[in-house]
Amino acid sequence: MRGLLILMSVIAVMALGFWAYRENYRTQAELADVRALQTEIGALRESLSVLNAEWAYLNRPDRLRELADLNFERLGLLPMQPEQFGEVAQIAYPSADVGELAPIVNPVETSASMEQTP
Amino acid sequence: MIRTPLRPLARILQAREKGENPDVIEKENRRQRHEVMRDGDRARAEGRLLVLGLAFVASFCAVGFRMGVLASTEPAEPRSAPTSAVITAQRADIVDRKGRILATNLVTHALYAQPKQMIDPAGAAEKLALIFPDLDAEKLKKDFTGAKKFLWIKRKISPEQMQLVHEIGDPGLLFGPREMRLYPNGALASHVLGGSAFGREGVDSAEVIGTAGVEKTFDSWLRDPANGGAPLQLSLDLSVQATIEEVLDGGIKLMNAKGGTAVLIDVHTGEVVAMASLPDFDPNTRPQPLLKGSPSDSPLFNRAVQGVYELGSTFKLFAVAQAIDLGLVTPDTVVPTKSPMVWGKFRIHDFHNYGAELPVSEVIVKSSNIGTANIISKVGAERQQAFLKSLGLFVPTPIELVEAATGKPLLPKKWSDLSMLTISYGHGLSDSPLHLAAAYSSIVNGGTLVHPTILKSDKPQVGARVVSAETSATMRAMLRQVVVRGTASLGDVPGYSVAGKTGTADKPKPTGGYYDDKVIATFASFFPSYDPKYVLVVTLDEPVETSGTEPRRTAGWTSVPVSAEIIRRIAPLLGLRPEVEPATEATLKLAKN
Repeated sequence: MRGLLILMSVIAVMALGFWAYRENYRTQAELADVRALQTEIGALRESLSVLNAEWAYLNRPDRLRELADLNFERLGLLPMQPEQFGEVAQIAYPSADVGELAPIVNPVETSASMEQTP
Repeated sequence: MIRTPLRPLARILQAREKGENPDVIEKENRRQRHEVMRDGDRARAEGRLLVLGLAFVASFCAVGFRMGVLASTEPAEPRSAPTSAVITAQRADIVDRKGRILATNLVTHALYAQPKQMIDPAGAAEKLALIFPDLDAEKLKKDFTGAKKFLWIKRKISPEQMQLVHEIGDPGLLFGPREMRLYPNGALASHVLGGSAFGREGVDSAEVIGTAGVEKTFDSWLRDPANGGAPLQLSLDLSVQATIEEVLDGGIKLMNAKGGTAVLIDVHTGEVVAMASLPDFDPNTRPQPLLKGSPSDSPLFNRAVQGVYELGSTFKLFAVAQAIDLGLVTPDTVVPTKSPMVWGKFRIHDFHNYGAELPVSEVIVKSSNIGTANIISKVGAERQQAFLKSLGLFVPTPIELVEAATGKPLLPKKWSDLSMLTISYGHGLSDSPLHLAAAYSSIVNGGTLVHPTILKSDKPQVGARVVSAETSATMRAMLRQVVVRGTASLGDVPGYSVAGKTGTADKPKPTGGYYDDKVIATFASFFPSYDPKYVLVVTLDEPVETSGTEPRRTAGWTSVPVSAEIIRRIAPLLGLRPEVEPATEATLKLAKN
């Protein structure tokens, strides 16, 4: 009886040790994963801020004005005029057969981090 | 435990036989028993003290050990806890009132050299000079082969340039990461934003500090990590600002002016929606301040805030508003306007002769200096001073720009009766266009003081009352007539009911006296006149309009058409729908409660 009890205790200790060992390594793997994710988030945030800066740069009023002037024949864009305010009643009720927007087939991936990992 | 009896029978009997007192034995035994008990207690107490002492020692050791560990470990980011930090840059962005970026950061690199580690210093110097045309190959060669151990070559380089430097392949050429301040809109709102520069520099990072404008005013706020990367939101509207700068630039060219400024301010909140000063500069490459000559000739000079000018007839509004508010005159009171008005040795003239007398409203509409001087002489110098002071015209504007403190109004040394007369029509007291915009807002918004601010605010300012609501309504109606049939008739914009007052002031010579052919032309306007939303002040420096037979310099021919075009372009951008003006009586009707 006593021997059985000791044997069972030894087995329990071994099982617990094995479990703790596995948990330890799993935790470390998860932490490494989290660290990689954090690094990726940081890189993505950085590229997001670069893209935001680029967006602001490309949408600066001077450039938009020049583009509108260059493409006047196609777009016919003029500065906003007071006469352009309208009434809701002036707009026709939309007809039912408005086609769906075409799906985007070739999205442009601009994130720099994607280029590093092919 | 064997208990010793207190009165052992054998000894008691023996004692009795000897005739001794048996109580002595009991006493003796009791004493012995107590001694044993005392020894036991003492041992136990000592044991407890020992345990307690050990516990203290252990806890002190634990605390000390933990402190040592904390002091000696490298700081590490907590990795297991979910992070909510969104700070990506050491300096927060600046955005406009709709969240569009005015200033942000870019990651770039600085290039430095350690000549001791270089393999081919001469070749590297020549190749560097090819990549960066502004570098001198000879000077670089001298630096690389000299005794220097370290030198900066470029503060900011582009990724393409970095690649080219990489291709030189010299181990002595090294890169340090840098955060660079970027103003994506170029010269837009440059005077408000100011500029930034590198502060303390190390190899791995450099401090970015603001050098002017809001960048300097809010420098510590922008660099405070406690804000969690939240941007600084200004009251400016990017598209309105761009439109105003475009129209003002065209107006300056058309009117052959030296420079110009426009300030658009919300009459209720005091928010500066747009502030343009031309000529301007690009804050990405902020020019050096002028070392000689007048600082006002530099493009860095913010005419709207730093430029103090005699703003001419635009000041007549203050004299008339005060006289009406005090009940001294009504819009229909007739005042003498016989030209010239003689005051001691001094003669006051009008631009035209307006006859012997005019009602007060016509004095404003026709802009009579003499009429205004006669009105203010009823008010008196002391009350005039107090009123102008209450409008904030005696101290620099409280706007949150570092340059504001330098825009100090120029007051007469002694406020004589003559000063009182000339200041009533805007000569002898110099203020910035922003002062004027804030004072006009205070009078036309219903009569409560507003302080101009560059930060977005959601609720209207409730300032001290400067004039009554009735006076405010009267002045609005009177100034509307200036545009309908007075000196600013070119300023009408259909649908927006513009009202305002023109002002043309001769420029003072630095040597004393005034120029004959150089003026500051100002138009202070607000719209819509029956329910003002915005005040726009346009000031042109030395404008000349040459389409007629003789050059015209008055504000009515220069600033007013420019203002009208600005309002026509920005009112739709501000979301104001053109409306039919209500009948005149309605503008004077006040809500009764």
